[in-house]
Formats: sequence, structure tokens, C-alpha cells
Amino acid sequence: MNSVILNKTFTEPPFCEKEILRYAGCKEADGEITALLKSCINEIKTELTYRVCYRLFDVKIRDDICDFGAFTLRSKDLSFDLSGCKSAILFAATVGVGIDRLIAKYGRISPSKALMFQAIGAERIEALCDAFCADISKEYNIGTKPRFSPGYGDLPLAAQKDMFAVLSPEKQIGLTLTDSLLMSPSKSVTAIVGLGGKKENTITNKCAFCDNKDCTFRGV
Amino acid sequence: MNFREYLKNNIVYLDGGMGTLLQAQGLRPGEHPERWNLSHSDVITSIHKSYFDAGSNIVCTNTFGANILKFSEDELEEIIKAAVANANRARALSVQKGEKFIALDIGPSGKLLKPLGDLDFEDAVNVFAKTVKLGVKYGVDLIIIETMNDSYETKAALLAAKENSNLPVIVSNAYGEEGKLMTGATPAAMVALLEGMGVDALGANCSLGPKQLRPVAEELLTYASVPVILKPNAGLPKSVDGKTIFDVTADEFSDEVDELIKQGVRVVGGCCGTTPEYIKALYQKTCDFAPVPTHNKNITTVSSYTHAVEFGEKPILIGERINPTGKKRFKQALLDNDMDYILSEGVNQQEKGVDILDVNVGLPDIDEVEMLKNAVCELQSVTDLPLQIDTADVTAMEAALRRYNGKAMINSVNGKRESMETVFPMVKKYGGVVVALTLDEDGIPETAEGRVKIAEKILDTAAKYGIERKDIIFDTLAMTISSDNKAALATLSSLKTIKNKLGCHTSLGVSNISFGLPNRDAVNGTFFALALENGLSAAIMNPYSADMMKTYYTYKALKGMDENCAEYICAADLFTVTAPATTAETKKSAEEFSSELQRAVIKGFKEKAAELTKSILLSVDPLEIVNNEIIPALNTVGKGFEEKTVYLPQLLMSAEAAKSAFEVIKSFMAGGEKSADKGTFVIATVYGDIHDIGKNIVKLLLENYGFNVVDLGKDVPPEQIVQKVVELHAPLAGLSALMTTTVPAMEETIKQLKAKAPWCKTVVGGAVLTQEYADKIGADKYAKDAMEAVRYAENIIGGGKV
Repeated sequence: MNSVILNKTFTEPPFCEKEILRYAGCKEADGEITALLKSCINEIKTELTYRVCYRLFDVKIRDDICDFGAFTLRSKDLSFDLSGCKSAILFAATVGVGIDRLIAKYGRISPSKALMFQAIGAERIEALCDAFCADISKEYNIGTKPRFSPGYGDLPLAAQKDMFAVLSPEKQIGLTLTDSLLMSPSKSVTAIVGLGGKKENTITNKCAFCDNKDCTFRGV
Repeated sequence: MNFREYLKNNIVYLDGGMGTLLQAQGLRPGEHPERWNLSHSDVITSIHKSYFDAGSNIVCTNTFGANILKFSEDELEEIIKAAVANANRARALSVQKGEKFIALDIGPSGKLLKPLGDLDFEDAVNVFAKTVKLGVKYGVDLIIIETMNDSYETKAALLAAKENSNLPVIVSNAYGEEGKLMTGATPAAMVALLEGMGVDALGANCSLGPKQLRPVAEELLTYASVPVILKPNAGLPKSVDGKTIFDVTADEFSDEVDELIKQGVRVVGGCCGTTPEYIKALYQKTCDFAPVPTHNKNITTVSSYTHAVEFGEKPILIGERINPTGKKRFKQALLDNDMDYILSEGVNQQEKGVDILDVNVGLPDIDEVEMLKNAVCELQSVTDLPLQIDTADVTAMEAALRRYNGKAMINSVNGKRESMETVFPMVKKYGGVVVALTLDEDGIPETAEGRVKIAEKILDTAAKYGIERKDIIFDTLAMTISSDNKAALATLSSLKTIKNKLGCHTSLGVSNISFGLPNRDAVNGTFFALALENGLSAAIMNPYSADMMKTYYTYKALKGMDENCAEYICAADLFTVTAPATTAETKKSAEEFSSELQRAVIKGFKEKAAELTKSILLSVDPLEIVNNEIIPALNTVGKGFEEKTVYLPQLLMSAEAAKSAFEVIKSFMAGGEKSADKGTFVIATVYGDIHDIGKNIVKLLLENYGFNVVDLGKDVPPEQIVQKVVELHAPLAGLSALMTTTVPAMEETIKQLKAKAPWCKTVVGGAVLTQEYADKIGADKYAKDAMEAVRYAENIIGGGKV
């Protein structure tokens, strides 16, 4: 199959302040923190863009190898996630470079604001990915598996290179990869979403795949 | 006919899409289309030929991603050689009778430039230079730089083209739905940058269909004096039964572009999804149109990486505060390489409403070339205002202009032969609006006539370098009235003549007028009003001066430049004279202020902490304030954080409030004795890592606790960290890493530190680090948060190692 790279631009998903505060390391917010959060949201709102490029691939799973035709990835965890899926969407999403500019600016003059923008960015890109996956599920009229990104479980971060080769997000949405495999703009995600597939293999807790037992954000 | 000649009087037809056609022929996902120049040269030649046959005057070589980041030098040469040969073959085979040119196609590098990404500006120039040289070697007729979504990378590519060829260069950018580049530049900003550097044509391609690109094309036509390019997509791609369909047909496409040609677009073609059919339809509909002639728009603009500032309609404010002259605290910041202080001066002036920032960092004891270059780059990472590069050192000027992202203002040139000979070639090469002082070898003429005469000489000489009058702004030199009471009159009269007779814009360093007088602001404000009335376009001024801002807002309101007086009403409070502090306030004792200061720091009230510190400093020794007020407050919050009753944002807000109190104390003590610091802590985000929020947080806290923090920034090579630690004999080095991929760089840094600076303890932290990791790479300490780093530093230094 020789599919095409498609683009979607989303309107602003609703902000979840509780989630932002969680990313900022704040279990409860007093008046000052809430005011800071609100002023940061106002400052960034018009700077955010919600862009995704994606491509549909047929997928064949053999043991721990996921074969997408144009390339293969070796990962037990991804194979588990995609088992039973005949096809998968690969996508790259970004909320743009504006938030990186604000993080860099306030990193120099007000780290509390930089921290807040960092948290807002994390919440925004997750919200965008959720909106995209819901949209795909509706468009293809099929259930989607939880999204799986390079660096999750045993899928190496180096898989980013394959993702970038087939999605060309540099040209499509202005997303680039550094030599050390960091994405820039930083508030971006690449991921694989299985279409259909076995319900029983659905990962309900993505932290279960992760080795970092000390993580502040660990769900279990 | 050569391309430049042809472009003058013709509508020029470019080709259409390549990628989608190759995919239809079997190009696989992830495969480099550039390799097809060698493996499928017949396919490529036949596509080029179809475009020439359809009416294209220019075919772009299949070299969009042909650069040394993607291919080895040998392969790159093979690819470009074959690509040019394919295009030449197509030209020979085509039966179309029109002019046929071959353009070396240069697309984005695929990397984002620093500071947002990891590609250095000069490295980017080198990447593009390699491709340009090969294009020249194999004989293309012109260069097209296209689909660029970042102004800085566009500048790097254009600079490479200009430095390595004499070919015509046309540049086209990819604008998003918001009508801006991905990194923020508006069409007007791109016109300023590109015309400043001497492109032959400029425009827009890709991203959108012709209808959605219309507003961008219209803005380009408003500002551009060179021909405008439009090369849209065939709308948006859709997948229908596994096939790619673009939603704008050849007929609709050509109708839309047809309209824009009538409005003045001169170079047209198609991008993604367009085929020879689209170009043919467009050519047939429009080939007998008379091209709309281009004309000089005569608009004076400077730009940043986001927007352009236009001279003429409203007075332009140029903030003068980034300048050490007469400022002890600023001098100290330069000597200490305290970039954060310089940056905050930039941000604060922007908040006051200036349009442009003057940047002068010249001081006898520092390396001005490095300092100016760094200050310009760093300022461009915290503010989107255009900058005025202010230096007498031509090497520093060139270094800063080269790195500047946009079209800068340059301060200054004058009527001396030597000045013009050194400055004008730089203005021509990098673009810019240059401030020209009306003085020459004989000094400053006393009369207006004398100054106007020098202005005319400057314009004549500039023209010889190919610099247009619109890019020269005259400063008729404000001289103090305290030594010559007719000084202001000469300045004002020459302003008026230059504005009316020469038709040029003007700028003044307003505050010089009052030198030597008491209450200078009062004189400055009135002089500013007179100058504006005599045609002044821009003022280099102090935006913290209430008198100056009062003049600015009232002048605009009175001259009908401020609709409904909205800006005036908004700003009016700022320059209302505040009554002296009430008696109740003044009666407060120093102790009362002190407990309030502690509370302000704990609660994170920045402004209040600074104000209170100012009040207490009137009666209390600075060191006492630090030890008895600020440090105890910080300790309370720090302890709360460790006990998890205070969260990270609160810790930081409080730290920032403490910092603002320290800043007041520093200004108070500037130039005098330096307070002793506890010891030097070198800090950096390791090589390959471009995120530094964690490091910045640690830095803020360490500084508050009295450490001398030397911040090397992000993406710092191990050697550089070691060198600094050795140079300063620093007892502590803090390293931060975000990703598993950059931990090896951290390990390498520690290894080198152990070898060359065995006295230095290393503290590591960052998202992926754990105690286990830290042990594995040989760090002395893993700090799970910023407070832990502070506690460790205090222990090490408390242990008598300093």
C-alpha cells in the first residue's frame, strides 16, 4: 500500500487546569498560583497551534516484529499493543514553537512562569493527541488502541528516525528532530495508533510499561 | 536572455509538484526522492519535460532535500550533477518555444536552528553553501530557495547563495493558515529581511491552496518592491479509496491564480498536488496578460523574526536602556557576563511600549565582538522586538548583523569617508536600516544647511553602494542647550529640511539636549514634542521617563494618531504624579518593613519585595537585610518544600521575590564593595540537550543562597564545561539532562572533570536521572530537586573545601 501523508488542524481543546497543576508539581493551588496559571494561559492562548500529520499503514505482527511495509520495528510491547490490528495510524503532533519561546524567555527572567508554561505545554499536547485519536476513531469508524510512542517500554527512542522518515513532519507541520533525538518544538508527540485489534490487549495503564519506578508522575 | 532580464517584463511560469508524481510512480514512504535523479533519471527527465511543454519557464531541479545532512558529500555531488543533467535533457527535448531556465532547488535542511533547535546558524550556512557550490559547478541559471518555514533558516540559505554565487536568487516561504511562518514571521517581516539582502523575487508556496494563500499574496504585494512569487498547493490532500486526491482542480486552481496575476503576482507555479495539467491550464489562461510592473514601495521597515516595524505613520520609540554609559549596575553586569540582567532590561522596556531596542554593550575591558553577538542572539530568544545594533566597532557590528534574525537597525554611519566605506558594504550585504549622523571629517556643522549638505553627501555615497534612501535614517544630532542656547534650533531645523526636502526619515538621541541641566526629563519631554512636530520619525529614548512617555501619548492623541484616545487613556495612569507616601506609611518603623519583607518573599510578591527592600535600605545595612530577612524567609519556604507543604511553583515565586530584593541591594552596592559569595558553582545542560528549565530553576535557588553561579547555558560540550571549571577552580559543577540519549554526554563530562579537575564535585539532575543512573555514570551527587542541590552545595562548602 502506498498511502499519503495527511494533515489535520484542530481548534483549541478545553484546558484542564487540574492536569496542568499536576504537571507543575502542585497538588493544591492557592490564590497566587491560580492567578499565575490563569495569566500564563492568557499569554499563550493565541500562540498555540494544534497541528497533526499522519499516515495509514498496513501492519503485520510476527512475534516481536511489527512490519509496516516501508519499515519494521522490533518491540515486544508494541507488538502486544498492536496485536490483532490490520492497520495502524502513525502520527506526529505539535502545539508549535510559541510555547518553547515563552519557556525560554521566562526561564531567564521568571522560572515560576517557565514552569507553568512547561506544564501547560504538556497538558496541551496530550489534549491534542486525545482529540486526534478520537477523531480518527470516528473517521475510520473503528476502535483505536492506546497510542504508543518511541521510548515507551522496549521501543527504542531511535524509532523516532523511522517515524520522521515516513511522516516528513518537518515539511508537514514544522516538527524537527535533533541529533540527540529530541523533538523541536518540544511540545510534540509522535505515536502509533492501532486500528481495531484485540480488546484484551489494550493497555490501560501506560506506566506499567515504564521502568522508572521513582517517577513523580507514576500512576501506580 | 538571462533570467534577470526576462523577469523584468514578463510573467514567469514555474513548474508544479514533484513528490506526488513520484509517489504515483512508486516512490516508497521514507525513500529519498533525490536519489531518483540517479536511479530513475528517465522518470525525472520526463516530468521536467512535461512542465516545460506545459508552459513553465523555470524547472526546479529535483534537489529539495539535497544537502550534506542527508547525504555524504560524494553522493550529494552525484545527485546534484544528475539532477541538473536531467533538467538540461528535458530542456533540450521540450518543443515549447518560450524561455527555459533551470533553477537549483533548495528546500529546508530539516533541522530547526538554535536556540529553538540544535543547528547552529553558521553550520546551516555551511550546509546550504555546499549545495549552492555544486549547483553553480553544474551550471544552473538561478537558485530557488523554497518552502522555508523559518525566517532564520531562510536567511542562512540566502546568505549561502549570495556568498557562493552571482546567480539570481528567488525565495519562497511556507505560510500557515494564520498567515505567518511556523516560527512566527509575517509576510511584511519577510519582505524586509529578503529585500534587505537583495533577492530577485520573493513569495509564498506550499502549505495551502491558492484561495487560502490570497491574503499572504496580497500582503506581499503591498510591501514588496521586487516581483512576487506564488506557488500554491492544489488544495489539501485527501485519501479516497487508497488514492491521493487534492481538492482543488486544475481549472479552479488556474482561475484563482489568474486573479492574483491581475493583482500583480509575477512569478507563478504550483506546489504539492499540482501536475503539468495545472500549469498548462494556468499558462493558457494567462499567457497573454500584460505583467503588472513592479515599483519601489519606498517603505522604511526593520524587522524581527515575527514582525516588521514601519517608519512614517506614527513615532517610533527606540529603548536606550541597554547601554552601559553612566550606569554602574549595567557596567557591572557586563563585567560579570550577567546576561540575565541585560535580558531583563530588554523585556522591561518592551513592557513599557518601545518598538525597537537599542543594543550597546561596549566597554573597554570586555570582548565587544563576542558580547554584542551573544547579546543580540540572547535578546532574540526573549523578545520579538527588532533590535538596533549600536557599536563603533565594525567587527562587532558585522558579527551581530550576520547573526541577527531579521532586518536590523544599525547605529551608526556618518559623513566621514572611512565610516561610509566600512559600514555601507555591511548594510548592502546583510540588509538593514542605518542611522546616519550628520557629521563628517570637519565635525558637526553648526547650521542646519551644513547638516543637510552632509546628509546629501551620505545619500549619494549610499546610492553608489546600491543602498536606497529608504534605508537611511538621519540623526541630526541633538547637542546640549546648556552650552549653546541655539543648539536645539539647528537640530530641529535640519530635521524639518531632511524630512521635507530629502524625503527621508529621522531619528534623535533625545536626551543629549539637556546634558548638564537639572531635571533633564522636563527638557527632554518638551524637546521631544518639538522634534516630533518638526518631522522626527523615531527617538532613542528612556521609556522609564514619565515626561517622555507623556509627550509620546499626548502627541499621538493630539495629532489624530490614537483613535478614541484609547492608548492615551490606557497609559494616562502611568504618568500621573503620585502623591508622596502617606504619613501612615512613612511612620512605619524599619522593623515593621522587615517583617513585611519576609512575608513578601514567602508569598512570592516580586514588586512588593523590591519596594520594601528599597525602604529598608535607607536605614539598615544591606548585609543585615540579607541575613536577617531574606535568607530566613527563603529557609522557611525551602523547608516547607522539603516537607511537601509548599509546592514547586510556590518555591519558585518566592525565590523570584527574593531575587528582586537582591537586585535592589545589588544596584545599591554596584561599583562599591562586592559582597563575598560562598563559592563558584558551574552549571550547564549537557551536550545534545536543548531544554534548560530545570537548570534555570537550580540556578535561581543557588544564587539566592549566595553562590556565584556561572551558567554555561544548554547543549554545552564537555570540553567547555571542564575548561570553565579549571579556569575558575570551581568546587562544584551541576549538570542537567532530560533524555536518555543525552545521559552519555553527561557521563563523558563527569569523566573529563574527574581527570582534569579532580577537586570538583559533580551534582546531576534531570527528568530521566535516578540515583542508580547517577551512580553508574560516576556523579558525586544525585539531586532529585533544586533544594537538594542547594543543600548539597552548602554541605560541600560548609565542609571547608573552599
